[in-house]
Amino acid sequence: MMKNWWKILTVLLLIFTVVAGVLSEVPRLAILNETIRNLYFHVPMWFGMILILLISVIYSIKYLRNPTIKNDVIAYEAAKVGILFGVLGIVTGMEWAKFTWGEYWSNDPKQNASAIGLLIYFAYVVLRSSFAEQQQRARISAVYNIFAFAALIPLLFILPRLTDSLHPGNGGNPGFNTYDLDSRLRMVFYPAVLGWTMLGIWIVNVRSRFELLRQRLYETV
Amino acid sequence: MRKINAVLLKEILYLIQKDLVLEWRQKYAFNGMLLYVGSTVFVCYLSFGLRQFSDDSGPIWNALLWIILLFTSVNAIAKSFMQENRGRLLYFYSIVSPQGIILAKIVYNTLLMLLLAFICFVFYAFVLGNPVQDIPMFLLSLLLGAIGFSTSLTMISAIASKAANSSTLMAILSFPVIVPMLLMLIKMSKNAMDGLDRGASLDELLTLLAINMIVITVSYILFPYLWRS
Repeated sequence: MMKNWWKILTVLLLIFTVVAGVLSEVPRLAILNETIRNLYFHVPMWFGMILILLISVIYSIKYLRNPTIKNDVIAYEAAKVGILFGVLGIVTGMEWAKFTWGEYWSNDPKQNASAIGLLIYFAYVVLRSSFAEQQQRARISAVYNIFAFAALIPLLFILPRLTDSLHPGNGGNPGFNTYDLDSRLRMVFYPAVLGWTMLGIWIVNVRSRFELLRQRLYETV
Repeated sequence: MRKINAVLLKEILYLIQKDLVLEWRQKYAFNGMLLYVGSTVFVCYLSFGLRQFSDDSGPIWNALLWIILLFTSVNAIAKSFMQENRGRLLYFYSIVSPQGIILAKIVYNTLLMLLLAFICFVFYAFVLGNPVQDIPMFLLSLLLGAIGFSTSLTMISAIASKAANSSTLMAILSFPVIVPMLLMLIKMSKNAMDGLDRGASLDELLTLLAINMIVITVSYILFPYLWRS
């Protein structure tokens, strides 16, 4: 029970996010209107994705240093959950963009960057499936994972700063500045980020334990 | 430490020399790439009809050149690890360090790409017309492009050569990795094309150099793990 306190916290945070996100008072802004509530669902997806992909890369590095099945499985499952968060982030973002910018896809540098990021990780999944031998698959996909992550960083953090974006806070800091978020939004936004990210880690945890058990079962059969 | 560096340098020089001699003896590979560039440019010329230049076709001219270069480099570099047979790889494995191999391949591919990119640009400008105003800056962007493509594609081709259907993998693994580079290159060469002030491209230039440095360092660190299998 004591070990699982963070899972309970995750559930509570997410319940709070959904309830408060839909019902609480939000600032009235032109164009955005009520869609600003999407802030609690769209933005945390990206925070969660980057953190979970970072976990994936860390386990890939750990695999190269110490090749165990556990490291490989966690790296792979984390990459898959990262993809899930990325897809959800893109879908929620497109929905939001339709109502605020008028188009689902408006050639915004951040939209493009996220699409390319997803392509990289789809390629990672395809690469993994093209090896039959487990050790070779693990080592080579770990190498690609690290390589791709190193190539992705400039894409996510440098490119949007160089070009104009429809996203808030472009031309300089791509995040929010202190004036955009008022305290009512923060009240829900921070718990939302924490909750969604923890949910992602939880999914990775469950899936990789399941995968490890399955592999052990196949070994004994 | 200095002694190790000297050994590494010697290995790299030797391996580059070996690749050059190999290329020179079996010219079909290089001639094939030349013909590939030539026919692609000609197909573009016929299908786009860009000869009659208007002001608004500048971006198309530029983007088309980079797309041709991208496909050329993917095809040229894909074979850098696939063409080696097993016995030879095993032989290298026993006599040289993996760092030497990856650096030598990167340098060799860069030379190859520089040559191909230059020929491609000359032929392209000859066939489709040349709207570039700041030629030195444009050549600099070609140079950075050749270096960038060859560094990242060399590593990708090493990864892809280990897998089953390597030619498809080569494309899907490399395109997403190369896109940020390509976007900046297109922007920089567009600036050069319009003859803008050279300071305008400084951001792109520095970022490209930084990406190249990251890619080379990561390849240098990671290649030994790939090489072992």
